[in-house]
Amino acid sequence: MIGLDRMTAVAATEFRLAFRNRWVLLSTLAFTLFALALAFLGSGPSGALKADALTLTAASLSTLTVYLVPLMALLVSYDSIAGEIERGTLALVLATPLKRGELVLAKFCGHLAVLALAIAIGYGIAGAVIAGAHGADDAGLLAWARLLSTAVLLGAVFIALGMALSGLPRQTGTAAALAIGAWLVLVVLYDLALLGAVIVDQGGAFTKTVFPALVLANPGDAFRLYNLALIESNAPIAGLDGLAHTLPFPVSSALLVLVLWLAASLAVAWALTRRIRP
Amino acid sequence: MTDAAILSVENLTIRFGAVTAVDGVSLSVAPGERVALLGHNGAGKSTLFKTVLGFLKPAGGHLTIAGATPGSDVARRAVSYLPEQVVFPKALTGAEVLTHFARLKGVAPKAALPLLETVGIADAAKRAVGTYSKGMRQRLGLAQALIGTPRLLLLDEPTSGLDPVSRREFYAVLEASARAGTAVLLSSHSLSEIENRIDRIAILAKGRLRAEGSLADLSRRAGLPIRIRVEAAEGRVEALHARLGGERVNGRSVVVTCRADEKVGALARLAELGPDVADIDIALPDLDDVYRHYSGVTAQGAIQ
Ligand SMILES: Nc1ncnc2c1ncn2[C@@H]1O[C@H](COP(=O)(O)OP(=O)(O)OP(=O)(O)O)[C@@H](O)[C@H]1O
Ligand SMILES: [Mg+2]
Repeated sequence: MIGLDRMTAVAATEFRLAFRNRWVLLSTLAFTLFALALAFLGSGPSGALKADALTLTAASLSTLTVYLVPLMALLVSYDSIAGEIERGTLALVLATPLKRGELVLAKFCGHLAVLALAIAIGYGIAGAVIAGAHGADDAGLLAWARLLSTAVLLGAVFIALGMALSGLPRQTGTAAALAIGAWLVLVVLYDLALLGAVIVDQGGAFTKTVFPALVLANPGDAFRLYNLALIESNAPIAGLDGLAHTLPFPVSSALLVLVLWLAASLAVAWALTRRIRP
Repeated sequence: MTDAAILSVENLTIRFGAVTAVDGVSLSVAPGERVALLGHNGAGKSTLFKTVLGFLKPAGGHLTIAGATPGSDVARRAVSYLPEQVVFPKALTGAEVLTHFARLKGVAPKAALPLLETVGIADAAKRAVGTYSKGMRQRLGLAQALIGTPRLLLLDEPTSGLDPVSRREFYAVLEASARAGTAVLLSSHSLSEIENRIDRIAILAKGRLRAEGSLADLSRRAGLPIRIRVEAAEGRVEALHARLGGERVNGRSVVVTCRADEKVGALARLAELGPDVADIDIALPDLDDVYRHYSGVTAQGAIQ
């Protein structure tokens, strides 16, 4: 029970710090603006499918979310361990009864609360504005709610990943470099490499068997496939997203992938924190 | 004494690869006792603290805190630590930092906040730590360490960066804690600073414990020589040097040394020299000499 109180203290302090250094404000603004920009600049003029505006924007926003949410998540978590080593506060914190596992979990919860709040406000405002302007049907609201909640799950994965990377080096600078590298590899290069392989393979065995599994194994792609697969729309989807409707796995496996990534990253963060000599 | 000790270190050795940072050190601290760990840069002071906290695993030897293993729940509850270098989050206020650590230690924040008064920064309690001066941050660090009246206070160079007045207040706070039964182990570089403020001193050099005891004990046991500087009358320095031996300095003076118990005899002999002597100056060994003696560092020009 006292352990819970300690963890609440850690999480609350993380949350407070994120407010003080304007992180919450900035990320909320970013989420709101990007979502609104997609809604009104991207698919706006078509006009014909007004009631579908929410659904359509949810589809395009799921692609943008894959870039934006991991970036924000890594930004909030990359120095959570290395930063405390560098400032000397880790030694202080670990001299108290707080356990290392408690520290990792509590920091994760604090960061996640911050990110979830920013996503909820940002996408919430954008969703409300779109619904207000174009109206909304049940399918649209559902797609939007699904997007919002899975975006939080995707954020959780990358927060945990950022914390794991943060447990590797002793300097925040190195931790930042690792975080940027992780973002580039997982979010940008991974997809490019897969597309390249598919082109080289020209519809061979790789494309039919290995490729869908590899796409699904990436947390960002899993998030996107899950959202796109459940959106009934006649909007054309291309590239990797074409898999959304031809995926040889049940849709829920995408969620399972995200949960596995989350659990694995948290476990790695915990294991790395255990061997740190503050 | 050992069974009553809150901290007991026996024959402790800690290695970093090939470097032996702490080498066969034994030390114990009893409740209410203030012990200073003195040593040069790299002597192993911080390493010893980190081992007491359970961050480093000993390569040899044994240590207990309140009878428990370092890093165990019992030990963590008994110990409070102030690291050598700590930067609290700049955006938090002093009161928030204290509240945070009180909750980590399972102490009601209400009970911890008066400590800001104790260390003299109650006025700045609601200000961001980023606006604190170095001394104020150090005081906040001490307040943090005092939360929950720990049984053992580990303070790593707590007074570096404090002005003399702050230092005095700092040791007054420590004295009050010690009187209430807290054992204090602090590290420092200067023996003169802790004079009269500490019960016992342990001197570390290159990881080994060179001496341990009260300051009075240590200076007596060191048996350091007294330096007598004799200034010769005009043109008599050669003659003086021939009769006294010793060392010539400044062209006009001769320096001789003697043990404390030989002082009176030596002065009597000097008095017999009559007009050859223009002036006499006696330098007793000071605390820095005592420290140097034990830490194996010889002062420049010291007489062996
Ligand atoms: N993590 C480490 N890896 C390797 N060597 C280390 C490590 N930490 C300390 N040492 C070495 O152990 C020795 C003791 O270091 P320590 O920090 O305990 O000295 P100290 O007495 O606290 O010095 P100072 O007065 O400068 O703070 C030094 O030689 C140092 O280089
Ligand atoms: Mg040190």
